[in-house]
Amino acid sequence: MTATTAPGDALEVPRSTVRARPGGFFRDLASVATRALKLIPRDIEGVIPALVVPLFFFVVNVGSLSKAFEFSNPGQSFKAFQIPVAIIFAVTGVSRASTLVTDIQDGYFDRLLMTPMNRMALLLGLMVADFALVIALSIPVVALGLLLGVHVTTGPLGVVLFLLLAGMWGVVFTGFPYAIALKTGSPAAVNSSFILFFPFAFLTTSFLPADQLQGWLATVAMYNPVTYLLAALRSLIMVGWDATALWQGLAAVLAVGAVSQTLAFRALRGRVRKG
Amino acid sequence: MTGVAVETRGLKRNFGDFEAVAGVDISIPTGEIYGFLGPNGAGKSTLVKTLCTLLRPSSGSATVAGFDVATQSTQVRLHIGVALQDAALDPKLTGREILTLQGRYYGLHRHEIVSRMDDVLALVDIGEAIDNRTGTYSGGMRRRLDLAAALIHNPDVLFLDEPTTGLDPVSRIRVWEEVRRLNDELGMTIFLTTQYLEEADQLADRVGIINAGKLVAEGTPEALKRQIGSDVVIARVVGDVELARDAVSGIEGVEGVTIRGDELTISVADGAGTISPVAVALNGCGVRVIDLTLRTPTLDDVFLEHTGAHIQPDATSEGDES
Repeated sequence: MTATTAPGDALEVPRSTVRARPGGFFRDLASVATRALKLIPRDIEGVIPALVVPLFFFVVNVGSLSKAFEFSNPGQSFKAFQIPVAIIFAVTGVSRASTLVTDIQDGYFDRLLMTPMNRMALLLGLMVADFALVIALSIPVVALGLLLGVHVTTGPLGVVLFLLLAGMWGVVFTGFPYAIALKTGSPAAVNSSFILFFPFAFLTTSFLPADQLQGWLATVAMYNPVTYLLAALRSLIMVGWDATALWQGLAAVLAVGAVSQTLAFRALRGRVRKG
Repeated sequence: MTGVAVETRGLKRNFGDFEAVAGVDISIPTGEIYGFLGPNGAGKSTLVKTLCTLLRPSSGSATVAGFDVATQSTQVRLHIGVALQDAALDPKLTGREILTLQGRYYGLHRHEIVSRMDDVLALVDIGEAIDNRTGTYSGGMRRRLDLAAALIHNPDVLFLDEPTTGLDPVSRIRVWEEVRRLNDELGMTIFLTTQYLEEADQLADRVGIINAGKLVAEGTPEALKRQIGSDVVIARVVGDVELARDAVSGIEGVEGVTIRGDELTISVADGAGTISPVAVALNGCGVRVIDLTLRTPTLDDVFLEHTGAHIQPDATSEGDES
């Protein structure tokens, strides 16, 4: 070796006794979630649309359709009817999938795979961060509704359950973009996963109650899980504690979750086993 | 850790029908710097990724720090540090945040991370930029932070995949200094891949030369070069190179002649004493000599001897750091 070392440069560093060890599932989960959450305010431009779009639709829909709705549904508030729709708009498709695909492309994901971290934590940690984000995005939407005079019949506990259901839906839906990110490693493919949002969000009771939908839309809405989620969310605001609506809403979320999370974790397994 | 840090036996790795690593046998004792030298696409990175558990061997076996890469991958991961060819750093995190996260990924507690960060930053100079986002770092700083991240958990074996590709000469020498220091002061085993002859020559205790997935030569840089001869005469000629080879092959002291294009690489025992007879022989065989050079052998000559080609570092990655 002839590379030079400046005088005094060489440091006598004793070999440290610190040794690597498996951190354990929850610590790994927290590490992944911490990084994801830390990056959100540094990538704020990616979050702003998720906040602006639902507020925009809420204001526009309420402004343009309130009278027509309240004429055909006497005694019902269109603002209360629309708050769950705005929430669905806010939380559906919000995920760290684009960050994940960047990690895959620039090699950071490989760096994680060369550590002893729990493999499931690599994905679940991102979903924990997503859950925190969708709850944070839901709060201003709910606050706007309350400011505009929407009354939540189930009270504060109902608001908490409302946010939890919305958060669960948001996390459940992230399975699709994560599956695409892990399967393809392509930013374009991940961006196109937004298309999935439209049938879920519009072929349902977004603007009219189920009994006023007609023809094919009524049929599609009947099979759309978001219909049952909206019914559960609306029941908390407009009806009261309706166990049937809540169980159906929860079951719809879990059913979609079973599909999306299976796809996501299969894709994770495929990428981890790529070697 | 056992006395052997890295060992492979008939290690193969295929991608479909393509055999990227074609049956490699190596044994690296603890505390050695092993340089893996070869051109782009020779199989260096594939071998490193296999040893680092990113890729599974197609056949054969490999152990790192005494653990099998296929069946004891978690144990292997606990004992290795890796800096791959492209420094994978999140540009939106600061250097300190990256090192802290990396420590957490290896199960270190907060006080251990702080302690290790002091240790690695004493070895790898990042300066005050440690608190800046890595998106602002130069190529050299990114490489050094990547090296620091690979060291945060105090690994036994460090894998560096082309650690200086794309760096300017000054940054390259700084990375060399840091690698040497890690080996000298901590006794760390270092497996280093490179396409740069000088890097392997300067840093490695032993060099393995890989071409088309096969290990074609192995030994200390000096021993490998001695195989070529004491000196090398390079002759570029216009005319029949086969005729030129025949003309110089019979000269006393000539140990071997390799042809590549219009160039003859003539291994000789005594360069000063042989260059004149070589010039005379070439002149008398009907070829026109346009260049005649005497020098000591390099690892490129070793590569040429074994493969019939020169190592061509990737031109696009040469010194592109700003």
